[in-house]
Amino acid sequence: MLKGLNIAFKDLKIESRAREIFISMVVFSLLILIIFSIAFSDLLSSASKTATVTSGVLWICFIFAGTLGLNRTFATEVQNGCMDALKMCPIPRNSIYLSKVIFVFLLMLLVEIITIPMFSVLFNYQFTAIIWVGIVILLGSFGFVVVGCLISALVIRARAGEMLLPVLLLPLSLPVIIPAVSATSGLLRGEDIFSLMSSIRLLVVYDFVFFAVSMLVFEYVVED
Amino acid sequence: MATIIYSMMGETVLVAEDIFRDYGCLHALNGINLCVEEGEFIAIIGPNGAGKSTLLKIVASLTSPTKGTLQIFGTKDKDREDVQDRIGMLSHETFLYDNLTARENLLFFGKLYGMEHAALDERCDYLIRKVGLWKRAEDPVKNFSRGMKQRLSLARAIIHDPSLLLLDEPYTGLDMNASSLMENLLVEKSGMTKIMVTHDMDKAFRLCNRLLIMEAGNIVHDVVANDPNARKFAEAVCFSDGGQFKC
Amino acid sequence: MLIVAFGAIFFYLPVMKDSAGNVLDSSFNIFYFHMPIAIVAYLAFFVVFVSSILYLRENDSKWDMVSLSAAEVGVIFAFLVLATGSIWAKAIWGWYWVWEPRLTTSLVLFLVYVGYLMLRTALDDPLKRARLSAVFGIVAFVSVPLSFLSIRIWRSAHPLMFGGSLYGQEGGGLEGSSLLLVLLLNMLAFVMLFVSLTSFKFQNEKFERELEMTKGR
Repeated sequence: MLKGLNIAFKDLKIESRAREIFISMVVFSLLILIIFSIAFSDLLSSASKTATVTSGVLWICFIFAGTLGLNRTFATEVQNGCMDALKMCPIPRNSIYLSKVIFVFLLMLLVEIITIPMFSVLFNYQFTAIIWVGIVILLGSFGFVVVGCLISALVIRARAGEMLLPVLLLPLSLPVIIPAVSATSGLLRGEDIFSLMSSIRLLVVYDFVFFAVSMLVFEYVVED
Repeated sequence: MATIIYSMMGETVLVAEDIFRDYGCLHALNGINLCVEEGEFIAIIGPNGAGKSTLLKIVASLTSPTKGTLQIFGTKDKDREDVQDRIGMLSHETFLYDNLTARENLLFFGKLYGMEHAALDERCDYLIRKVGLWKRAEDPVKNFSRGMKQRLSLARAIIHDPSLLLLDEPYTGLDMNASSLMENLLVEKSGMTKIMVTHDMDKAFRLCNRLLIMEAGNIVHDVVANDPNARKFAEAVCFSDGGQFKC
Repeated sequence: MLIVAFGAIFFYLPVMKDSAGNVLDSSFNIFYFHMPIAIVAYLAFFVVFVSSILYLRENDSKWDMVSLSAAEVGVIFAFLVLATGSIWAKAIWGWYWVWEPRLTTSLVLFLVYVGYLMLRTALDDPLKRARLSAVFGIVAFVSVPLSFLSIRIWRSAHPLMFGGSLYGQEGGGLEGSSLLLVLLLNMLAFVMLFVSLTSFKFQNEKFERELEMTKGR
């Protein structure tokens, strides 16, 4: 299993060189931010009003940027038939999946780290409860990536896979996104973390369930 | 160590029993029976759609048969992971990452095969020299020519020193020079069992010692290469498809 | 097959009669459709889930056909849930649609399985289609409990039909044995309808594949 994680290192190395996925994710995310800041320009005067849209805007950025990245997750493997080469290596097949999850998750984190300060600047907004918000965002992104990598591996084999990915992924990942969004907005509205525990619990449960199910079924996705 | 002792005894590399493989209503393989001994160099030839590549894929465990059993190194389908590190594959696709350098590609796959760090370094150096890419070892693969890529692919395929090497049309898109270099490298590895799917009948006769001629999912002839009738059989089958030998 | 067809007609009829013959507030009548349909939709997705697992385990195209049939019927039922729910909501709440968890998750559930059917059409190789859609069928089912439990998890405007609090506005949701009887009857009828529709579809699919097999030869 640990051997298999070399795939994640390899992906990071390639990405650090080509940077094609990361750059487009960041730019896309910032563009969405700018569009929202234009659309909501009336709200910018009051922090309490901004707080109501923050969670939605941020999550839309993350999800759309994430979808963009997920579209390219398996591109490097498909290009020269490397997927077949990986499948022939003496590693468990779901370690390929795990590596991809790690890779995309790290990419998403980087995008989020850039997006959140930019949001602060563009919306003139001061974040509160940063630690908890961070944890919720981590959990939410993880769940999203977990589902996303599986669907990405699925649709890469299909016709018009890039069209299909968002259509399949967005509804399917909603069990993670709903609690993540509601917990984030609750926190930003200044609610006590304990009153949001039910959302967070749901988030954790779904992260876990999706992850476990995906690890179990991934083998069947890559089988030819 | 165990590998060496086995090979002295002339181990049976592969036993296929009654293998069927359907793609929907298309029958790619119709009951293949095959036994491969240590050290053989087998060519699989036949017209397009005869099931050559499918058979190779099944041996490579890239796909599973619809019916039938396959034993490789005495191991059944289920425990294939144990023998994966004794199988290498060289395809017409390069199996390389364009954005990594030649050495990085080899190191990456070496690590996936669980090789020790020091041994892997040494092996990489050796193979890169062997395939004549020493000067370009630190260049990204995307700058390589087709021939260089294919040589590196060969190095990648044997990085873990497999006992069974599968070759899927390794000569596609190679010029004369590159393909003769490949040929030399392949012939040199005489102890290794090799199974090659090819369209190039001349190469098949020159390099291999056993020919499997396939048609419509069956092995119609299984002959040694110096069999006087071999060429006749091969041509009969390959040209049967309306005289079409678009290989 | 004839028996199945008879069953469908036979069991479909009481449904119409039951709800038409009921004297309660007319908008509430739709509930007799709504809830059984909803339950049947969940049931259909559960069938997809189970047959997907069985497909991956046994590699038998029979299970693939079951998944497909159940998913198609399930999608139709999920749509009917939304439709009947909206009609009821229009009558009671004054809007067709309100953004609240139960409705949202039901809509999403519908979309997930529409996605399932889309995925199927996008895959050409039958074996690959069967396997990949089975994988999706399994993962998709993970979101079903969320829809089912959503009213319990979040405070929701959607009436909770069983488990303690009854729906107040209508004046006592499930009181009286006659109501319960009608509900159960409807439930049974819809489950029968589901079974017959699915097996219809299954037969249909089977013949189609046999036809293709003979054509292919």
